[in-house]
Amino acid sequence: VAAFTPPPLPSDDKRWKIVAGTMRKNGFARHALIETLHTVQSSFGYLDNDAIRFVAKSLRVPLSQAYGVVTFYHYFSLKPPGKHTMTICTGTACYIKGTDLLVAKAEQHLGIPKGETTADGQISLMTARCVGACGRAPVALTDGELQGHMSGEQMLAQLERWAVE
Amino acid sequence: MTNEELEKIAESVRAERAKYDHEINVCMGTGCLSQHSDKMKEELVKAVEASGKKAFVRRTGCMGLCAAGPLVLIDPEETLYQHVQASDAPRIAASLGGEPVAALQCNLREHFDQQVHVVLENSGHIDPEKIDDYISRDGYKALVKALTEMTPNDVIQQITDSGLRGRGGGGYPTGLKWGTVAKAAGSLKYVICNGDEGDPGAFMDRSVLESDPQRVLEGMLIAAYAIGASKGYVYVRAEYPLAVARLTNCLRDARRRGLLGNNICNTSFNFDVEIRLGAGAFVCGEETALISSIEGRRGTPKPRPPYPAVSGLWGKPTLINNVETFANIAPIIRKGGKWFAAMGSERSKGTKVFALTGKITNTGLIEVPMGISLRTIIEEIGGGVPDGHTFKAVQTGGPSGGCLPTEMLDLGVSYDSLLKVGAMMGSGGMIVMDDTSCMVNVARFFIEFCMTESCGKCVPCRAGTAQMHTLLTRICAGTGTMDDLELLIELCDTVKETSLCGLGQTAPNPVLSTLKYFKNEYLEHILHKRCPAGVCNIAAVPAAKPEPAEVLA
Repeated sequence: VAAFTPPPLPSDDKRWKIVAGTMRKNGFARHALIETLHTVQSSFGYLDNDAIRFVAKSLRVPLSQAYGVVTFYHYFSLKPPGKHTMTICTGTACYIKGTDLLVAKAEQHLGIPKGETTADGQISLMTARCVGACGRAPVALTDGELQGHMSGEQMLAQLERWAVE
Repeated sequence: MTNEELEKIAESVRAERAKYDHEINVCMGTGCLSQHSDKMKEELVKAVEASGKKAFVRRTGCMGLCAAGPLVLIDPEETLYQHVQASDAPRIAASLGGEPVAALQCNLREHFDQQVHVVLENSGHIDPEKIDDYISRDGYKALVKALTEMTPNDVIQQITDSGLRGRGGGGYPTGLKWGTVAKAAGSLKYVICNGDEGDPGAFMDRSVLESDPQRVLEGMLIAAYAIGASKGYVYVRAEYPLAVARLTNCLRDARRRGLLGNNICNTSFNFDVEIRLGAGAFVCGEETALISSIEGRRGTPKPRPPYPAVSGLWGKPTLINNVETFANIAPIIRKGGKWFAAMGSERSKGTKVFALTGKITNTGLIEVPMGISLRTIIEEIGGGVPDGHTFKAVQTGGPSGGCLPTEMLDLGVSYDSLLKVGAMMGSGGMIVMDDTSCMVNVARFFIEFCMTESCGKCVPCRAGTAQMHTLLTRICAGTGTMDDLELLIELCDTVKETSLCGLGQTAPNPVLSTLKYFKNEYLEHILHKRCPAGVCNIAAVPAAKPEPAEVLA
């Protein structure tokens, strides 16, 4: 059996080297699929077709399986994120404290449903299933930074700042 | 590493501490960090230096009372300060050795007095990123004791004697599980720590991993010795970046100290641990789905048997326990199974960590002995419902649990008592609701959660939860009929009885329990087109016409 040589990197973008590094660390084992996809997402912000193809080929996983994994887990995104991301927690504790109203307000303000990015690519509106800071509900992540006791006004002010930043 | 070496490290930590008159512990759990307790800590360091007092400022894990964060604990006086801002640092530094700052003091004796800390005993007292801090509080003594004085069977016997049951929610006796894996054939076995805390509204595992990761690792090491495993995995949610960072740091330190790797503590015992990140799928908390996920596949469950104890990760015997279960192991080995069995109720031993949230004054993390009444937890430890509202229900067990009304408040909390009344222990989320919550809407919220989290492998769960969601949405909108309600109840039974895994089997619980205790709210929605709590937006619906379906039925 010929020794396996992984396919060449898709481009000379340095981030691919990080991705290849994760696969090498795991000996190009098939079970490193999720680990590798995590690395792609943290390096590129999302997973596009080229990335999924490259990872599937490198790990000798059927493309269907790789695509299946990407679409199964909520954490993976197939679309590039906006410049800023507002993630509203919709866990139980936050729901009891009224985050459904926050989500509705944000959707109305931005004119997009949750999970989408505004047309100008400025703001993505996401929801999360509990970030584990229930003691400070309702909680939102503004560009990954946790904000407790989020009020509607506070959130709208943030969205307005982001619209021009 | 031997007992003497551990003692030496502990001694050096104590000697270092003796140089200071005071210790200032700053909570740097996620809750307090989000209120910039890191900057506050820097200010405290500066203020202490400026005041010339001998005090040591330490970063610690979660102190539990998230509602009053950021928290600062001064030892040895045991003064607890709440809502501390960076600007308060000079005041606190000046007060050291004198009268405490009254304006910042937190006097919640009733919150802390009823609690018994076993799992959380180090939280708030040690720096979670320093292994020596952990060792100075009897850390790794249990491991050394197990490796040098006990046989694997002795270890399993102690765990069996303790009566410890799985803290992930199922409540399977831990000793029995370990015994099964130990007896399973094969030389290669795995230990998995389940830190995929998907239950929304619960953050016990996160807190334990962030505050005391070494404790969890020690539990895994002892388990590996008892069952004969050489490789372990910790499966953590990717949504918990701080927990992942502290765990990574913990594994590196343990390797450096020779507590992980080959020939641990100069014995022939080898064990190593890797971290695996979850990717946001609730179903991966189910053990067979979690195994699929570690193998790099979609997290769909498999029918059991074979149980993972016989054929798990890559077909090898695998032990899966929850974070909190592992955190209980070290004290049991150190103090004996009988000590642990003396706490708690008849069939549920020890203590349980709960995440107390929702409409309650003292939100945060608590640890109480099993068997304590819900009333004590909510009214005394939790400080009751704030803002003059009245208590309506408490939800335990997350999307698999149920809502319990006021009449059930005197119930003692244990695995069996909660199951009997239609709720369940779950991983330990406890969400309090007041009169502003509509129970039909709450049921809809949980079914929506189960619907989106259903992996889609089996039909009853995939299609059943979607149908239940449609029916509940209709009832919430004021267009539901009595037939809808009947169909809903029938669907609950079908989904419960025929689903493949725990997610589907328990998904109807929130509906069934709200129907059992709050049926009048459903009837109000259906018959009078009215939401008693004023949550559901029924007014927007045109005035109800007599439903043709009702006539046909």
